[in-house]
Amino acid sequence: MTEQTGAIEAGLPLERRKSSGLWTDAFRRLLRNRLAIIGGILVIFLFFIAAVGPLITPWTYYEQHTDEVIANRNRPLAPMQQIEGVDHLHYLGTDELGRDLLSRLMDGARISVMVALVVQFVVLVIGIPVGAAAAWFGGRTDSILMRITDVVYAYPDLLFIILLGVAFKETFFGRAMDGLLLVFVAIGLTSWVTMARLVRGQLLSLKETEFVEAAKAIGVSDRKIVTRHLLPNATGPIIVAVTLGIPAAILAEATLAFIGIGVQAPRASWGSLVADGNSYVRSFPHLVIFPAMCIAVALISFTFLGDGLRDALDPKLKGKQ
Amino acid sequence: MTVSDPKAPPDGAAVTELDDSVEISTEEGRRLAERLADNRPHARKLLEVRNLSTQFFTGDGVVHAVDEVSFDVDYGETLGLVGESGCGKSVTALSLVRLVPDPPGRITDGQIIFDGIDIMKLSRNEMRRLRGRKIGFIFQDPMTSLNPTLPVGFQISESARTHLGLSRSAAGDRAVELLSKVGIPRARDRMGDYPHQFSGGMRQRVMIAIALACDPMLLLADEPTTALDVTIQAQILDLIRSLSDEFGTAVILITHDLGIAAGMCRRVNVMYAGRIVETGIVDDVFEKARHPYAWGLLDSLPRLTDVRASRLRTIEGMPPDLVDPGVECRFSPRCRFAQDVCRTSEPELTERPGEGHMARCFGTEPGGWIP
Repeated sequence: MTEQTGAIEAGLPLERRKSSGLWTDAFRRLLRNRLAIIGGILVIFLFFIAAVGPLITPWTYYEQHTDEVIANRNRPLAPMQQIEGVDHLHYLGTDELGRDLLSRLMDGARISVMVALVVQFVVLVIGIPVGAAAAWFGGRTDSILMRITDVVYAYPDLLFIILLGVAFKETFFGRAMDGLLLVFVAIGLTSWVTMARLVRGQLLSLKETEFVEAAKAIGVSDRKIVTRHLLPNATGPIIVAVTLGIPAAILAEATLAFIGIGVQAPRASWGSLVADGNSYVRSFPHLVIFPAMCIAVALISFTFLGDGLRDALDPKLKGKQ
Repeated sequence: MTVSDPKAPPDGAAVTELDDSVEISTEEGRRLAERLADNRPHARKLLEVRNLSTQFFTGDGVVHAVDEVSFDVDYGETLGLVGESGCGKSVTALSLVRLVPDPPGRITDGQIIFDGIDIMKLSRNEMRRLRGRKIGFIFQDPMTSLNPTLPVGFQISESARTHLGLSRSAAGDRAVELLSKVGIPRARDRMGDYPHQFSGGMRQRVMIAIALACDPMLLLADEPTTALDVTIQAQILDLIRSLSDEFGTAVILITHDLGIAAGMCRRVNVMYAGRIVETGIVDDVFEKARHPYAWGLLDSLPRLTDVRASRLRTIEGMPPDLVDPGVECRFSPRCRFAQDVCRTSEPELTERPGEGHMARCFGTEPGGWIP
């Protein structure tokens, strides 16, 4: 009987259909979005530079070419400026201490990528459990966790990061990774609230779905319902939030570096390069323009990619286009 | 098609530790643990429900969704639970596995004895052991009851891995076996497919495979065919019947379709407004119904002999508000036979001619005014 009905119901083609998973579909939709592709390529390029930068950079970020600066009458070298008797070029010029700007920008890319990864890691590690616990347990747990979230949300981010930076400046934690770890963690500690709210909202609606009921009916434990059944269904929005959270984090780091918090000399992030170049902005605008461009391009790339991902992963758009 | 004994893991399958350790904290839990291994009967009846009451505590007051419901299910028997929307059928089923959403719902009273085990006394964790292992559940809407982000193979094997402690590959083999058992062609190829790649009927077959994954003793089918079209309905019902016969699984079939109940069940309970109003062998209830509501239900079925374009017959009025049901017979406001006594007191379920045939109506009691 079963074979018969099976055959009847299998009115579908007998050859194997290509199994197109949810992610394959989303990826295909992403590839149709030109801006997202441009953003994606630039993001990959940024990660590539960050990964292999030290291997291909012309000089190290701290190496000083003082002779050349002196030969240039104590002025920073302009882009492509050739100094007599020197057989190499600084493509983007140098700063007033004779440090190659391109090399410093490439090192800055490493910092930005580290911000992107570490901050989002902190955000995920705090935001997802808090949001999931609030949604799953509900009631008092939900109220307490969400009030904490509200407080963090209401507190001025920059003030918190500055206070944290000042408080831990001289400790081991403050010095780790050239002072960057402190900044990353501080940014992460102020950014997880959005993720927690997102995850809570997603899970609250998913919690009421019938497949969760079905999972309970076969005796799946609470922990596994959350990790196997609920969170995977919220992956799309989480990925989008992470991608769109990265530019915010990069910008926050640049802002902090600009006001002198975070990365310690001689290392420089894009933000501190802008700050350093700021004093020469009239005579040597390249010292500001190039790092500022780096920041702008990185932010726009991540935003384009994030927007593209949001459209691609939106279940309501499934099958369209 | 042959299916190996589901109690024994497939040949050469590694039996791993159960992925959830059960903390046994109650006496009933200990007895349950002893009985998990096989499906031998341990009591007179598979399921005895006594005075089950489930209430929802809402802003508008306490809704008496299920009110002092009692019934039995024999080992291997198919019992129908029929009634209109909102009469408490589904809440009864959810109560049996203690899945009534809490808050706002709660089982406020009653006993549920499953295979001799009082499941109201089980702890949460012990209850989880019972669900899926001994009691399978088929939901109404297969479109939403499967997780869209997990392959169906995973969802079928999840139950076997949770309860039988099968390894990933052994559980996968079992899932393939079940998939072909429920009539899905090229089962092994389809294990990695996602629910959206299946039609409604196929998904309901997958749900059945999930429900039967651990060879349960009782299958709760909550309107399993409501979301499906008629031809698929018949196939799914055939499938449930043949598999329950083959495995000796008892079924509680919840439906508002009397035709389905008549075709599938030996006995039916007719529910109205949270109460059982009539119970008995299918033939007795359908041919010698002794409750005006049952007549109304039977009368409202369209017949082939009906004049074309004639209006469908309905039961006048609306089901009562279950917030404060009052003391009267709950059907009396809609009942054309109602007399004063029906409005001042509520009848008990009393015996009528026929095996186990009972009805809750003053008018059809011996000496009543309804012939």
